[in-house]
Parts: sequence; structure tokens; C-alpha cells
Amino acid sequence: MEAKYLRDPQDVLRIALEWCDAGKSIAIATVVRTWGSSPRPVGSNLVIAEDGIFEGSVSGGCVEGAVITAAKKVIKTGQQAILKFGVTNDEAWEVGLACGGEIEVLVERVE
Amino acid sequence: MKQNVLAALIEAGLEARAVVLVRNLADGEQFLVDRVGAYKLEEGVRKSIDSEISRELLERSQGALARDDAQAAEIGGQRYLIQTLSPPPRLFIIGAVHIAQKLIPMAHLAGYEVCLIDPRSAFASIERFPSVKIVNEWPHEVMPKLSLDSRSAVVTLSHDAKIDEPALQAALESDAFYIGALGSKKNHAKRLERLGERGFDGKRLARIYGPVGLPLGGRSPAEIAIAILAQITQARYQKVV
Repeated sequence: MEAKYLRDPQDVLRIALEWCDAGKSIAIATVVRTWGSSPRPVGSNLVIAEDGIFEGSVSGGCVEGAVITAAKKVIKTGQQAILKFGVTNDEAWEVGLACGGEIEVLVERVE
Repeated sequence: MKQNVLAALIEAGLEARAVVLVRNLADGEQFLVDRVGAYKLEEGVRKSIDSEISRELLERSQGALARDDAQAAEIGGQRYLIQTLSPPPRLFIIGAVHIAQKLIPMAHLAGYEVCLIDPRSAFASIERFPSVKIVNEWPHEVMPKLSLDSRSAVVTLSHDAKIDEPALQAALESDAFYIGALGSKKNHAKRLERLGERGFDGKRLARIYGPVGLPLGGRSPAEIAIAILAQITQARYQKVV
């Protein structure tokens, strides 16, 4: 059997589709913009299911926890969210990127 | 994102078609773009929306498609995420040898679609290579049919000039971003001499990485496979801007 391999980010999206097909409610997080040094490029995906399981990444592990928390809310409300990390501002996100970069992440529910 | 769009993206990847996903970051509105134009899926059917989006947005999206990149863009006061989803790059391995057995799973993990070519079916057997596309043909016959392009890498491992050299010749005649040949410095020099006699000048022959792989000092087949894949990775990002 020849295995079919997909390249990142399709391999992560394929997992998202498998979860959808299995009846899970899921959200997809995507890196929209990066400033300075950041571990994952624009277009990188993290997929999150309502039960908290996840695959992929939007950073080197620095902000995934916060994205997953936000994703659970997005799955519940259906309202997409845009999160910024690494910026000094008064947003509720108190996690930052150790590398000193900044990233913006779109979190959307799969309908 | 809609589930049918997600399915369309996966399907395009499996069919080796590049497609761009465009999302409006304010309202979540999304559509797809390919060489033909912009479209949405309505009950699985493609519906062109070229007339509904701005010329600039379509051009930016098709530009991203050509460059294989992802970017955020502000167009007409709206912010968009324009993301190209490309088919995997391809790696053609000539020679179903021990190093190939180690290189294939590593290349799969790195996102390559791998094709193994060796006319010797005792070497290139499904028992020895259970998870890869095997081509039991002579490189000089099969290589011209593979449409090698700038997303292709070719590495020859057979140590047999009549298998390796026609493959190198085909690779040199293509836009392959990486061409590597296993063999000692001495063997490589002789190989270049023979290819030179077939009309390849020094500049063209300089595209071949030989002896193959970054000089990591490893000796086992797996360690040599790491050196090869490392060099392929380096070549890929040196040339793709």
C-alpha cells in the first residue's frame, strides 16, 4: 500500500476533517501575521476539538494553551476570534512568546 | 470555515493541485482561488465569484498561488488572510538500497511524496519497501515521463552507473531544485567526466551535490539519510524565495 502523505498544513487539516466526520465540534486556529522572530509561519494551523484534544501548532508551544482555551469558547459561540500574542497591551492574554516575536492568530469554528 | 471547504482543500492536496484559501478576517467570509479564478462551493459544485470580488484581491490571491506563500493583506479597507495550500514536493530516489529504506520514512515525515525507482525488482520489492510508490523501470525510460519540476528532488543511490547516470542526466535537463549523487569523491569525479562527455558543461554539472549529503560525519544508512535530507532541505529554502 502506498501511503498518501500531505504536507503541512494539509496534514493538520486532514485530522480536522477526520474529527468532523467523527461528529466532533472543532475549531481551526491559523497564524495570520507574525512580527519579528516567531516559530511558525503564516498559515500554520492548530486544530482543536471540543473535548480539548489538539493537533498541529501555531507557535513553539508557547501560546497553544491560550489558543485552546479561546477555541473552546469559539466552538461554543460560533463567533470567530482574532488573538494577538507577544504584544504589551491590556488584552486578557497573559502568555507571550519567549522568542520575543509577536503573532496574530485567527480561531474559527468549522461549520 | 465550512466543512465542505475543508474537504475541498484536502482533496486538492491529494490530487496534487495547489489552491488558495481566502478569508475575510472581519466577517469570516471565505472562498477559494486557483489558476482559473475565484470560486465558492455550493452543494459541492464550483460557482465562480470572479465578478463579486475586487480585481486586486483576485490578483493578490493568484500571486500568492504562484509564489506558494501565505500572507495577510489589507485590500479595500478589509483585512484578508490569503493562504496557499500546495501539493507536497516530490522526491525521486534511484536505487532501492539500504539508505533508501531509511531515507523514505524520513522524507515522508518531512512532507515529501516519494517515488522509488529501480529496475531490479529483487531490490525494489514491496517486501523491502512496503510504504512507497515503486517503479521497476530503467531511469532512462521512466524519468522523462515524470515531469520533474522546481518542486522535485532527485537522489541517486544505486552505485551503478547505468542506473544512476541516466537519472542524473534527466534531472539535469529539468528544473529539479535538488540533484544528489551517492559515491566517493573519486567516483563522483569519474561520473562528472562521463556526463561531461555527454555534453553537460561544468556549470550544469555543478548542480549535482556529490558526494551526497551535508558533511555530518555519520556512517550508518540512517545517518547518511539524515545528511541527505538535511541537504535537500537546505537546497529547497536557498532557492525558493
